[in-house]
Amino acid sequence: MALTREEVEHVADLAKLGLTEEEVEMYREQLSAILEYAAILQRLDTEAIPPTATVLPLRNVMRADEPAASLSQEEALSNAPSAAEGYFRVKAILE
Amino acid sequence: MELTQLTIHEALDLLSRREVSAVELTQAVLDRIVDVDNEVKAYITLSPEVALQEAGQADELRHQGTEGALLGIPLAVKDVICLAGVPTTCGSRILDSFIPPYDATAVARLRRAGAVFLGKTNTDEFAMGSSTENSAFFTTRNPWDLQRVPGGSSGGSAAAVSAGEALGALGTDTGGSVRQPASLCGIVGMKPTYGRVSRYGLVAFASSLDQIGPLAKDVKDCALLLNVIAGHDPNDSTSLDTGVPDYAKSLRPEIKGLRIGVVRECFGAGVQPGVAGAVRQALQVLAGLGAEIAEVSLPHTEYALPTYYLIAPAEASANLARYDGVKYGYSAPGAADVWEAYRRTRQHGFGAEVKRRIMLGTYALSAGYYDAYYLKAQKVRTLIKRDLDQAFEKFDVLLSPTSPTVAFKIGERTADPLQMYLSDIFTLSQNLAGICALSLPCGFADGLPVGLQISGPPLAEQVVLRVAYAYEQATEWRTKKPPLDKKEH
Repeated sequence: MALTREEVEHVADLAKLGLTEEEVEMYREQLSAILEYAAILQRLDTEAIPPTATVLPLRNVMRADEPAASLSQEEALSNAPSAAEGYFRVKAILE
Repeated sequence: MELTQLTIHEALDLLSRREVSAVELTQAVLDRIVDVDNEVKAYITLSPEVALQEAGQADELRHQGTEGALLGIPLAVKDVICLAGVPTTCGSRILDSFIPPYDATAVARLRRAGAVFLGKTNTDEFAMGSSTENSAFFTTRNPWDLQRVPGGSSGGSAAAVSAGEALGALGTDTGGSVRQPASLCGIVGMKPTYGRVSRYGLVAFASSLDQIGPLAKDVKDCALLLNVIAGHDPNDSTSLDTGVPDYAKSLRPEIKGLRIGVVRECFGAGVQPGVAGAVRQALQVLAGLGAEIAEVSLPHTEYALPTYYLIAPAEASANLARYDGVKYGYSAPGAADVWEAYRRTRQHGFGAEVKRRIMLGTYALSAGYYDAYYLKAQKVRTLIKRDLDQAFEKFDVLLSPTSPTVAFKIGERTADPLQMYLSDIFTLSQNLAGICALSLPCGFADGLPVGLQISGPPLAEQVVLRVAYAYEQATEWRTKKPPLDKKEH
């Protein structure tokens, strides 16, 4: 399954990964090879087979809605590259 | 006897009889690290002062009559698992300054049991790899041959235990990352049943596949570590609420009548003759102990690799979306807007293998491709699980080599990603199906360790450990140590 440059650039954009021209080509080749190999799955008839999203018999694991200990604001901000007034600072998303 | 060569159970015995102190034991291991880690490079971060403090506290507690399952035992922790106050880098530049404000549950349990933490071990970046060569910092070397890889992604933990730089360690296993390095380094490594050990505080790679597992010098030590880390955790909604048996107490070397299935598909062309030979000899030993051995087929084995390399990257692409330079870690300066900030941070923060897998996963999940790739892989996952369920109706455990080869040379497989992925062909199915599996030494090929893999149904750790223990006690492999010595004497 050969990927085009545009497809690689599109996927990189979805994943918010900056890539150089050389990297786009390198990954294009490598990803194409891996996807080519992965295509062997198409040999199998899975029409009537349900997908396995989790191997556990657990579903909808809930707890009582009671407050419990959590990280303090200070702890939560302790690794922030940029923080101010108890907030994480981010670039503006609105003009 | 060299303190650094002690097993955990031997050390606990000497500690309880006051023949050695925790401080002496920890100091001996720290000295060993100073002697050999320049060459082995197992550790990313060492915390010797804190370790000695913890050892001192352990001695004090023991003196007061307090007990602890691992009181005073020095351990290493893979750097994708959070240890409060100590950098957790995940082998990545994007987290090279991240200091977790909390302990992973597995670490907290070890702490409560009195363990001493030596430091954080090297890993492939975000646990993605089979050789520890994808670490952003350096490659760990195999103590048996410093020109070869220790395996991965828990290569640092495996090398540390193998080289006497820790009495035991935690690793993580998503596609074989505890078992394969254990095999390549000649030690014991186990992947518990999915949900047996909490993933809280384990930096997520693939959430439906990841498990924390012990790396140890022998089966009893592996059981002792599992005893402490296993159990339900309200902080992990995928952890099983099932009681934890005493895995060490229930160890006995009797396997008469136990039904062992040898997986036919694991002895094909890609397996090194020396590896197949050592495993077949192990089967003789097990037969001699009274086990009933027969061949079994897992017909979808060849589909495990493509299945895994669609599901794991897909889950990883979601789990690694959080690395955006906002809450922690590397944040690229000088971006014009928020999108550019994300792109640059992730471009410079992530290594090539991580980027490759994020893109593979993103593609497999994207509109127009989801059905053909991700959904298809999830369906094949069901087929792989069914093969194992059916096999376990006839057999108590299944056997195969852990890895098709012994440790390969550093740089040998880095040019072609697919070549590297082939290292995992025998260990992927267990993660996909969520079952438990263990690797232990079964001999050497060309002077390098060979690992035997024993797989069991969900929550059958006791049976798996029993088979491993029986084989181990009937052989001498655990007494073999890598030829690493102090430079001057």
